[in-house]
Amino acid sequence: MRIKEICTLVAGKVVCGADRLEVNVDRAFASDLMSDVLTLKNAGFLLLTGLANVQSVRIAEMSDAACLLLCRGKQASPEMVQLAREDGLVIVQSEYSMYKCAGLLFQAGLLPVY
Amino acid sequence: MHFEFDVEGGNFIRAGIASSQVKKTLKMLAVDPAVVKRTVVALYEAEVNIVAHAYRGHITVDIGGEGIRMVLRDEGPGIPDVPLAMTRGYSTASEKVREMGFGAGMGLPNIQDNADSLEIDTVVGKGTTLNIEIKF
Repeated sequence: MRIKEICTLVAGKVVCGADRLEVNVDRAFASDLMSDVLTLKNAGFLLLTGLANVQSVRIAEMSDAACLLLCRGKQASPEMVQLAREDGLVIVQSEYSMYKCAGLLFQAGLLPVY
Repeated sequence: MHFEFDVEGGNFIRAGIASSQVKKTLKMLAVDPAVVKRTVVALYEAEVNIVAHAYRGHITVDIGGEGIRMVLRDEGPGIPDVPLAMTRGYSTASEKVREMGFGAGMGLPNIQDNADSLEIDTVVGKGTTLNIEIKF
């Protein structure tokens, strides 16, 4: 599923990486626990989280996520956007809850990491 | 190649800078992506442990022909019970650390899962040194 379609499904606002919306992601993982994200062997996945701090972006970088989806109205700080820009990471913000985002994306065919 | 980094305890804004730098270098060297991921996950978890638990620390990373050797030495409280600290789910992290998304008791087990070799040398009240090796 293209990041562009993910944005449409969750009524998301792209705050970083608008030039990479055609990138495909075929798996997603949702967590507010950052060490859980670091156990994943996958790369190029979508990370849904309600944790909006610089370390969310670091975790996305270390775990090779392609896109960070901040749920339940969380906002990316200027520091997060700056770091994501350096790492080539897309950040999308959605007002929807993490459960709703995950449900909509799963329903549309985006597979879980496991 | 040899790298050295200083790590400041409690500074979560700067946590991960060493891991990020090492990741960029390994990618530039066209190292197998699976090895890159194992290295940076182990290094990042260890780097965050210093930020979360110690006063300060120092990291050295050596990339050689056989693999990557990382030494993380910190001045901090040390680990009173290493087997307990290695147990998934056990954590002594503060509320502040948990609010950052850490402190789930996964750090040391994650390091062990990703490393080919992990040695922990710790003295209570003095600090901890981690020797981590990743083979190509």
